[in-house]
Amino acid sequence: MLREIRPAIVLLLVFTAITGLAYPLAMTGIAGAVFPAQAQGSLIEKDGKVLGSVLIGQEFKEDKYFHGRPSATLAPDPNDSTKTVSAPYNAANSGGSNLGPTSKALADRLKEDVDRLKAENPNAAVPADLVTTSASGLDPDISPEAAEFQVPRVAKARNMPEDQLKQLVASSTQGRWLGLLGESRVNVLALNLALDRASAK
Amino acid sequence: MTVIGWLQIILFCVVIVGLTKPLGWYMTRVFNGEKTFLSPVLRPIEAGIYWISGVDERREQHWLTYTVAMLLFHVGGFLIIYGVMRLQAVLPFNPAGQTAVAEDLSFNTAISFITNTNWQNYGGESTISYFVQMVGLTHQNFLSAATGIALAVALIRGFSRASMRTVGNFWVDVTRCTLYVLLPICVIYTLFLVWQGIPQTLGDYVEATTLEGAKQTIAVGPVASQVAIKMLGTNGGGFFNANAAHPFENPTALSNFVQMLSIFVLGAALTNVFGRMVGNQRQGWAILAVMGVLFIAGVAVTYWAEASGTSMLQALGLTGGNMEGKEVRFGIVASSLFAVITTAASCGAVNAMHDSFTALGGMIPLINIELGEIIVGGVGAGMYGMLLFVILAIFVAGLMVGRTPEYVGKKIEAREVKMAMLAILVLPLMILGWTAVGVVYPAAVASMANAGPHGFTEVLYAYTSGTGNNGSAFAGLTGNTLFYNVTLASAMFVGRFFMIVPAMAIAGSLAAKKSIPPSVGTFPTTGGLFVGLVVGVILIMGGLTFFPALALGPIVEHLAMNAGNVF
Repeated sequence: MLREIRPAIVLLLVFTAITGLAYPLAMTGIAGAVFPAQAQGSLIEKDGKVLGSVLIGQEFKEDKYFHGRPSATLAPDPNDSTKTVSAPYNAANSGGSNLGPTSKALADRLKEDVDRLKAENPNAAVPADLVTTSASGLDPDISPEAAEFQVPRVAKARNMPEDQLKQLVASSTQGRWLGLLGESRVNVLALNLALDRASAK
Repeated sequence: MTVIGWLQIILFCVVIVGLTKPLGWYMTRVFNGEKTFLSPVLRPIEAGIYWISGVDERREQHWLTYTVAMLLFHVGGFLIIYGVMRLQAVLPFNPAGQTAVAEDLSFNTAISFITNTNWQNYGGESTISYFVQMVGLTHQNFLSAATGIALAVALIRGFSRASMRTVGNFWVDVTRCTLYVLLPICVIYTLFLVWQGIPQTLGDYVEATTLEGAKQTIAVGPVASQVAIKMLGTNGGGFFNANAAHPFENPTALSNFVQMLSIFVLGAALTNVFGRMVGNQRQGWAILAVMGVLFIAGVAVTYWAEASGTSMLQALGLTGGNMEGKEVRFGIVASSLFAVITTAASCGAVNAMHDSFTALGGMIPLINIELGEIIVGGVGAGMYGMLLFVILAIFVAGLMVGRTPEYVGKKIEAREVKMAMLAILVLPLMILGWTAVGVVYPAAVASMANAGPHGFTEVLYAYTSGTGNNGSAFAGLTGNTLFYNVTLASAMFVGRFFMIVPAMAIAGSLAAKKSIPPSVGTFPTTGGLFVGLVVGVILIMGGLTFFPALALGPIVEHLAMNAGNVF
């Protein structure tokens, strides 16, 4: 048994060096050279400033932008570090609501959001993804239905024809991969950037 | 449920079955010590590793030595993780300025990673540095996976050998598994993941100014290299708190599909390794069929439950299934499928929050783990876990006809059956025992996030996941408390090693036996009858043990939900 001690120690150190340092560092070097944009986090820059990442959702509250899904991410309470406060789309602390199917807190939140959205657009059914929080709290996408649902509000705020916005939503919609995998979706940040460009014309 | 949803599920199954044979062929060569197409590059490295560590690759070990070597290796692994977590403030690659991790959380995480559980009481981007991610976690992801596979191969050798005292050399098995199987796949896999959008950088967290002018700090890091092995090695500990739901850990439907494949692929291939080593590949396919039956049943229930949604959503006119805690790019089907895969294997990565699943949709992941994670299972752990159930099933079959049971040429006798039962009884002991404590001890009760039966399920799920070395969670439960850090660590430790030691004892006992040729009285173990028998034994064992607990949790919650109750 004693002669197993040397391999235990030496192999542990060797594999720490190979799998814990050489592998991730080499991959960082190669990935940075081959796919530099993705390796840095698929960042979008405008006028030299980072606007965000195309993969990470951000909070939109103004009427003139399409809104993403509700986010349940938290941040430490600035007044009491042992507590947390709601901080939607906190990309340094991802997470979901973890509310279950019989949660009263979830029922209350859903009812409030559905009522608010129904008041905003009484003519369409409220899409489920627009009132449910995502798993990461950073979901960059909404369903095409959720984007269309918001067209009247955005059209009014921007004084743009609804048809033009509907076209914009349609052209921003990404289908399933090879028509099979995943779901159709609209990247909210990309849609809003396209919207700003369209308004500027 | 939709046709396109089922097509995604079928495509997944087809690809897994397609990969089983070629990968099984390759892995068999690796563990038999034969040449592979990578040998010209890797053989000199392998020989160098043996030379500096003083390993004689031709000297095989008795099962007890093999097990002790494995345990020694894990003591070292534990010390490294614990050490780097406690010291991370003074170690390099810490751009976010993370401070030392607390003693109990470091202890829990170290146990969690050496046992291949990867339970996340730590918060990823908010708790640990890049250095800990790489040297502590990425490194142990490789070694705990390699260990699991090595142990499974040792048990398979027990079946395939005759009248021998040894079951292989642990150091050689771990080294060859890491160098020839895990690392080459991970190198290619990492590049694929970066191409899909996963970051791989040592740079600072990004400070962005959003379109509406707010500040957003975006956590990045060497993510892709960690994600590759976390999936392939069925580890499941995420780089980020939200795990594979985070867009930086799983950015597209394609990355999601490949991640699901990588959870299952090595475990499925091991069934073929088993078949090849015992000299009849149909033995391996029969085991994969047992796994397949249970898997499809689980997928069907979870997909149906999640697509049906909850009565709360329906009352508000919200259609399209239960999207709370799910990502739009995956939708209902890819989230349901992922949840069943990650718990059938002992992966524990999640791309949707299981805590927000419907009562029945969330019950299937729970059952998958409670059955022992033998539906493909953790890399290696699933294979030796399944072989324990096969031994029981064969024993039951033997009782029915009054013959000494045999399996692939080995007589299954009292010692094997006792050891198999010893290993399997660990599950109810840790799961039900600790859950009972957790639901009465006040400090533990305070950790529940949901009230009513769902709170009970959160606790049950935590100990189930810990004991099964899964690592997924009903994550509303506040696990980062002294009570949960310590008790979950004990569940993970006992769940891993108290299963391994009896399994290795079986390996040693079988290897020493003579091989007997099949006769007309031998129960055929490659046909539908055998598959049905094993499925039956697994369900009866699991059902008798865990049904009362499930009745108190998800089943009563389902009834409450349909009655319109909220808590």
